[in-house]
Amino acid sequence: MIRLYKVSAGYNGIEVIKNINISFSKGTITTIVGKNGCGKTTLLKTASNLLRPFRGEILVKGKNITDMSRKELAKELSFLPQLRNIPNITVYNLVMHGRFPYLGFPRIPQKKDKLVVSNAIEGMGLEDSIEKNVSELSGGQLQRVYLAMVLAQDTDIIFLDEPTTYLDINHQFEILEIVRRLKDMGKTIVMVLHDLSSALSYSDRVCLMDKGEIIIYDTPQTVFESREINRIFGVSSEEVLVNKESLKQYVFYVKD
Amino acid sequence: MSIWPKFSIRRILNSNSRSYNGTVIALLLILLLIAVMISISVGSSTIPLQQIISAMGKKDLTSKTYQIIRFVRIPRTLAAILAGSSLSVSGAILQSVLNNSLASPNIIGVNSGAGFLTVLIGAFFPASLFLTPLAAFIGGLLAVFLVFFIAQKSGASRMSIVLSGVAVSSFIGAMTDTVLTLKPETAIDRSIFLIGGFSGVTMDRLALPAAFIIISLIVVIGLSYDMNILTLGDETAKSLGLGVARLRYLFLGLGALLSGSAISFAGLLGFVGLIVPHASRFLVGYDNSLLIPVCALLGSVFTLGCDILARILFAPFEIPVGIIMSFLGGPFFIHLLLKGKKGKLYD
Repeated sequence: MIRLYKVSAGYNGIEVIKNINISFSKGTITTIVGKNGCGKTTLLKTASNLLRPFRGEILVKGKNITDMSRKELAKELSFLPQLRNIPNITVYNLVMHGRFPYLGFPRIPQKKDKLVVSNAIEGMGLEDSIEKNVSELSGGQLQRVYLAMVLAQDTDIIFLDEPTTYLDINHQFEILEIVRRLKDMGKTIVMVLHDLSSALSYSDRVCLMDKGEIIIYDTPQTVFESREINRIFGVSSEEVLVNKESLKQYVFYVKD
Repeated sequence: MSIWPKFSIRRILNSNSRSYNGTVIALLLILLLIAVMISISVGSSTIPLQQIISAMGKKDLTSKTYQIIRFVRIPRTLAAILAGSSLSVSGAILQSVLNNSLASPNIIGVNSGAGFLTVLIGAFFPASLFLTPLAAFIGGLLAVFLVFFIAQKSGASRMSIVLSGVAVSSFIGAMTDTVLTLKPETAIDRSIFLIGGFSGVTMDRLALPAAFIIISLIVVIGLSYDMNILTLGDETAKSLGLGVARLRYLFLGLGALLSGSAISFAGLLGFVGLIVPHASRFLVGYDNSLLIPVCALLGSVFTLGCDILARILFAPFEIPVGIIMSFLGGPFFIHLLLKGKKGKLYD
């Protein structure tokens, strides 16, 4: 679906990620984890073409992204940044902005655009909020509105940079459940998460990074059992079953 | 985080948005029409409406009334409309593109840059006064890019953009003052240029700036939806397929062209580019597709209204319109600063 081949990238000539080889398969959730400054967001931004790599190739469905126009690419992959401007517009209008790659001049939404937007709003349970001003929403609601915008953009690949940061615990789980639903719709999700336990519980694949390099990229269970997370973060971990329901959870803690 | 105030009169009136917006535009058009009629009618000699219609019908070049209307009042009215709309839209563009509610042509350096090159032409190339719109445009553009460049190098925060604008404006303003002091015989009237006003504007001087302004307004209205996308932030806009850097530079260029063209015939009009965009947002909200046309209309009405006041307040004496605008703009600016005291205006 999307493949990075020998990619190095960074800022102001300084390499942050080095010689990255990775591919993300269709209909999976991949979570990138690692310590602050290890290059997680840089990898996400490079893969989504927000940052031009110093070296290497990025292929989307076999096509080099440098050969694709901005709009062509925006129909294949979307990126939801962690920090955003919060515009003073209605929920409906913000979600409609997700259709921008499909709007020809003079940017008048067609029937199909309106239908996709309605479905996205419905999908995120925002029917009662369409006339609300985005700047007045709570963190959890705001994140759902932005996810509706991403859904309206209708791309096969979705990059999410720390989608649960700054949210209350209930909203964190709500967002992760939405991410799971996006996967069920056949979307390929690549996200950065700080919460290791959620990363292991909600992902099909986990990519552990350190100092700009991929340390291990495998299923959550394999990554957990490799103990590489413990080594890099300097923590200990346990696998526990919650409420005798065989719901596997991963607990990380610091040993005295 | 958003820096824009969260109110909208639409919410207060709880009206159907489409009919409300239509009403606002219709009211502004009616106000503009009334202001145009008053503007043609009042001045050192008041001409009644019937006399205006009859004089314009006869087109008698020997008639004093026709001469006043044709060569004084109409150019002056057009100048106020063009300057008001262009400076207001320029302010709206700069505020949106720089995501800064304090941005306006005169705060961001456009006015001073345009003013400097205009004065330079007047002082050293008086025979080439027809080039002033072009010079004003280039001056405005260079100043705004300089401000943008300095701001980016110093972190690109909203505060750094305003501060670098103040610094660049102050420096260029000093250069303008130097030229005007050393060359007092410059072809451009010093006080009228610095304060801003429309007396003595001729159709010949308006032609080129008018063309620049009309073309720029059409392009800006055409790209207003893209401006909405730009206000979502660089990364979100890029992810939606917008050519962010190219569009931002295009908008800055259009902002400079609009205000530079106005400055070339109206001088350094203060605050219209700040007041009108905010007042327009208060009326119709933040969608640039609607905001830009409303800004152009409200800017025309406001500027023409100020010019009429400038003519009648101390009649038979006339004061430059820039003074009226600054009297209104100063308190409004302070209101904005106080409103943003909880850190909303700065990051």
